[in-house]
Amino acid sequence: MSDNSTPKPAAQQVAKEIEELEKRSQTAARLFDVRRIIGGLFVVYGVIVTIAGIFASEEDLKKAQDININLWTGIAMLILGVAFLVWLRLSPTIPPPAEGEADE
Amino acid sequence: MLHLAEGLRLPTNGLDYTLLGIYFAVVLGIGFAARRSVKTSLDFFLSGRSLPAWITGLAFVAANLGATEILGMAANGAQYGVYTVHWYWIGAIPAMVFLGLVMMPFYYGSKVRSVPEFLLHRFGPSSHLLSSVIFAVSSVLIAGVNLYALALVLKALLGWELWISIVVAGFFVLAYITLGGLSSAIYTEVLQFFVILAALIPLTVVGLKRVGGWGGITDTLSGEKGGAFMTAWDGTGIGSDNPLGANWLTIVLGLGFVMSFGYWTTNFAEVQRALSAKNLSAARRTPLIAAFPKIFIPAVVVIPGLIALVMEPTLGKTEDGLQYNDAIPVLMRDLLPNGVLGIAVTGLLAAFMAGMAANISSFNTVFTNDIYAAYLKKDRPDEHYVATARWVTVVGVLIGMGTAFIASSFSNIMNYLQTLFSFFNVPLFVVFIIGMFWKKTTPAAGFWGLLTGTAGAMVNYFWFYKQGVIDIPSDQGANFVSSIVAFVVGSVVMVAVTLFTKPKPAEELAGLVYGTRSPGEPEPPGEGDDAWYRRPALLGWGALILAAVCYIPFSF
Repeated sequence: MSDNSTPKPAAQQVAKEIEELEKRSQTAARLFDVRRIIGGLFVVYGVIVTIAGIFASEEDLKKAQDININLWTGIAMLILGVAFLVWLRLSPTIPPPAEGEADE
Repeated sequence: MLHLAEGLRLPTNGLDYTLLGIYFAVVLGIGFAARRSVKTSLDFFLSGRSLPAWITGLAFVAANLGATEILGMAANGAQYGVYTVHWYWIGAIPAMVFLGLVMMPFYYGSKVRSVPEFLLHRFGPSSHLLSSVIFAVSSVLIAGVNLYALALVLKALLGWELWISIVVAGFFVLAYITLGGLSSAIYTEVLQFFVILAALIPLTVVGLKRVGGWGGITDTLSGEKGGAFMTAWDGTGIGSDNPLGANWLTIVLGLGFVMSFGYWTTNFAEVQRALSAKNLSAARRTPLIAAFPKIFIPAVVVIPGLIALVMEPTLGKTEDGLQYNDAIPVLMRDLLPNGVLGIAVTGLLAAFMAGMAANISSFNTVFTNDIYAAYLKKDRPDEHYVATARWVTVVGVLIGMGTAFIASSFSNIMNYLQTLFSFFNVPLFVVFIIGMFWKKTTPAAGFWGLLTGTAGAMVNYFWFYKQGVIDIPSDQGANFVSSIVAFVVGSVVMVAVTLFTKPKPAEELAGLVYGTRSPGEPEPPGEGDDAWYRRPALLGWGALILAAVCYIPFSF
């Protein structure tokens, strides 16, 4: 940032303050990747619901209009969960370069 | 409000409760894990402006996909038929695209932390304080309404006592927002988005099979309700009668322009998600990425409403029978076996909690940043404001719990909520749109436009509509008209005041009005942001065209 000594309008002072905070911010470096959570939860849900589908009772099937909805939903959730984990594996979070060094 | 009928108790079992319990544990885990990323107030309020566009985009759509929205839009489907698609294709998409393509460079580029803070820079302290206070009060009230709606639904579906649901859900929201700030709110919203889809898609599939597919619905309902019920525009000529109580002009201007632009472009609970994106390109893409799921949500919300009406023709007919709001719970009860049923209950509960969390996380930002730090305790170290924000969250949730108990004394809060939006969001939108595009607009004009626009909407609602001075057939129709009134009054006052007061010097408006640029070097584009599928213009126009194409099958 250019540093001139004339007083700046409030908006620019705030913008400067935000830039300072952005440099000290830890979210980018330390926040875990949400894909891990989505993937994990959907794999667990997928397994549980698929098993419920495998052991579906006659009554369950009749209620869901002869669709084994637990089985299909479970498999779909499992695929979604695995897809998120594979995506995470293929393009892992790249920790951004330490901005402080680059700027100073 | 959400009056769910007796006898809606769901046949849940241990399997369903296991799925629900896992979700609660994961949400708490997100709170604890996100805690270590919170170092500065910027981390707490805006996730350090560091999130990728697909996350902020899904959070943007999920923050709106609260359970009141899901149950309410299914109810509208059952009550008004296919007209309900207007809330999506004309009442959301154009505004979302406008936010991304036109407004976001000013919001994100000026580096403001909140919507009221933008008003501080553009106009000055009086409009800033007025809009901050209005926003803080309304978001706590809405959080309370969400909490109360959640408690009512859980009482009907699972038989939990009201106070247990209010305290348990309030506690979980409190815990994860206090720990992780906006990052936990956004992560939970993304998770909720997938869980609610995992509930609604199977529900729609099984429901369609039950009623004989789309053809079955059309045959049955066209026969019972008349052909217009299954179309988007039939019967909306000026002067003709339709269940919505609105003609094409009030739909396009009231819902499609002022109400929806007011909600989507100036409601901080939404805009905050975009402000947390990692760069300007990601911020612009946030509402555009959100627009695509939004186009298809009617398929899993409005269609279940229609299915419920076919299966239970008595829906909404009697006072103590099933109500329109029961549409989705009825389908859950009648069609879903244990397992998927647990996912559906979890999805609804998650949607309620995420809706409330969006209100609380925007409330703590505006209160701490725009009221406390701006006017009460200035120039403290940053750590002080992080600690304050955590306490504000605690207080906000506790007040929300309190207002939840107050909310139980109102009879129909769903419509009342929409009325509040017309009071507070539309005038704010007027001030924004004129202030952004007309450089001469003065600070005084901003303040008086906001105040008189709000007053105008209230006068229309409480006097013209409630006292019967003009004839409007329904609450929804009245909300559309109030919005138009607020828009017209606000803009006329702003123009008039501007002509007699002194504008801000041009150099203070750099980056805040159309045609100017933020001072300093433009930030370099992020890696890969120039890929063709990431171009905002392409995404925005694509969404508009897709929404228009979706109208075709329902228009002729």
